[in-house]
Amino acid sequence: MLNMRRERIKRVLPLLAMTVPFFLLVVTFSYVPLWGWYIAFVKYFPGESVINSEFVGFKYFAQIFSAGSQFENAMRNTLVFSAVGLILSPLPLLFAILVNEVRWKRFKQFVQIVTSFPNFISWIIVYSICFTFLSVDEGVINRLLVNLHILDKPFDFLATSWLTWFLQSLISIWKSLGWSAIIYLAAIASIDPEQYQAAEVDGAGRLQQIRHILIPGVMPTFAVLFLLNIGNMLSNGFDQYYVFNNPLVHPKIDVLDTYMYRLGLVQLNFPLSTAIGVFKSAVSVILVFTANMIYKKVNGKGII
Amino acid sequence: MNYSKRYKVFELANVVLLFLIGFASLYPFYYIIIYSISDPMQASSGIGLWPKGFTSQNYQTVLKIDNLAHATFISIARTVIGTLLTVVCTAMFAYGLTKPILPMRKFMYRTVVISMYISAGLIPAYLLITELQLKNTFLVYIIPMIIVPFYLILIKTYMEDLPAEMEESAFVEGAGYFTVFRKIAFPLSMPILATVAIFQGVNQWNSWVDNLYYATDSNLMTLQLMLLNLIQTQSVSASVIDSNLVNTIKVTPLSLQMTITVVVVLPILLVYPYFQRFFIKGIMLGAVKG
Repeated sequence: MLNMRRERIKRVLPLLAMTVPFFLLVVTFSYVPLWGWYIAFVKYFPGESVINSEFVGFKYFAQIFSAGSQFENAMRNTLVFSAVGLILSPLPLLFAILVNEVRWKRFKQFVQIVTSFPNFISWIIVYSICFTFLSVDEGVINRLLVNLHILDKPFDFLATSWLTWFLQSLISIWKSLGWSAIIYLAAIASIDPEQYQAAEVDGAGRLQQIRHILIPGVMPTFAVLFLLNIGNMLSNGFDQYYVFNNPLVHPKIDVLDTYMYRLGLVQLNFPLSTAIGVFKSAVSVILVFTANMIYKKVNGKGII
Repeated sequence: MNYSKRYKVFELANVVLLFLIGFASLYPFYYIIIYSISDPMQASSGIGLWPKGFTSQNYQTVLKIDNLAHATFISIARTVIGTLLTVVCTAMFAYGLTKPILPMRKFMYRTVVISMYISAGLIPAYLLITELQLKNTFLVYIIPMIIVPFYLILIKTYMEDLPAEMEESAFVEGAGYFTVFRKIAFPLSMPILATVAIFQGVNQWNSWVDNLYYATDSNLMTLQLMLLNLIQTQSVSASVIDSNLVNTIKVTPLSLQMTITVVVVLPILLVYPYFQRFFIKGIMLGAVKG
């Protein structure tokens, strides 16, 4: 009996060696930092001990909203970019449907490959490219518009604040359209072809097939992605809004993620930056569950 | 117009539209490449589809930029070392998790999967990195990314579908788990491991936010962040351009910026034609399993 147990332990030991260290690594980097949320509740200065810092309750949470125009700007821009993202979220689906309609196989593949590429470059490269295309002195776009007499003189697109929301949304679509469409193409490909054949026998045209077979077929995928987007309403990401930031467009491009960075790592106000992070997480959880509840009411079945 | 005729018109319009979208995706990259090999003076008066006045002067000048070689070295090092470690460690973790005799394997797996949806945020992560003494070390580019939950899901799912007979006969011959992993499970999982390696390679090469947050030491500067600094301060050139005056071909700040951009994007551009099918496969798998 004892022998068998020892035998078993001996067998399991290498498996434990293969898994436990990596498990602990994940716990260290994903779960351990959660205790850092405590910083949002204490008067902490970098370099001091967190435990000995004075506990101030929800003081910093109250401060978020009284921080004035900085926070209001960041919050407004965050909501604008997220709302635009949600409104435009059917675009990749539409693009996937158009690609799927192409019968010329090579061309279909070519479009998929080429349009997915911008997804795999960093925002710094995107910025560099936009800079060269939109710059005042030598920008291709400016030269084109001036030569076509649409503009009298070159226009500084990247430093024009009223254009920022539109321009950044456009750039973001340029980068992600093709890649986001691939998941829908995968969903479309998994629809049973017999359904189309049956519809054709019944005399349904292409458009009717799209409406009654394809769209219902990809709806679950769309719903899941939409729900995730709603959960991420307050996190538009950092990269894009950091690289395109400049003093002229700052009031229109600063989002919560860049604001948190500035507050935390530049101004070293750790508690306030953390409080915003905690606030974001709380809102995100509430949003996901609310959206799921609404979805459940409408469709009878939730996603989570 | 009857229906099939209308559909033909739609098909043609569709192809034209998709061609234009494809062009808009590709042309910017083509443009910076032809610009970087053109004579900057001629290029600045406008180029479209072909380079003007071919020259390698831009590239020769870029080589003279301080620290560029070092930043390239850092970027390559993090890409190679980071990718290798991620693939080997995630594969080993995944392999262990496929074995039913491992205690608490469901718990471990679930904890890792749930971690994808949890983020403590910027400052807590920063404090952890500081506490672990990873700040301003090369390891900050490697260690936090060793296990990527999404890859773990992909690899574990793949390994579960591998035929069990080969492993069993190896066990009968007295091989241990490590040997079986190294000689059987790892090689048999090559298709998914290649996908993961490419995902992570691109990821590592493109990473710069960790550089901005955790590594302020100029010795750890990556190519990406260096490019951003050069564009934002427009300091590409003052010194390098001066040293370049003796040449007949004059480089401009813009031509140098584009040349560096090409250098940063070229590795991805070169491997992309080979890896795009892996990506598509990978996401399909993710879509089915997710």
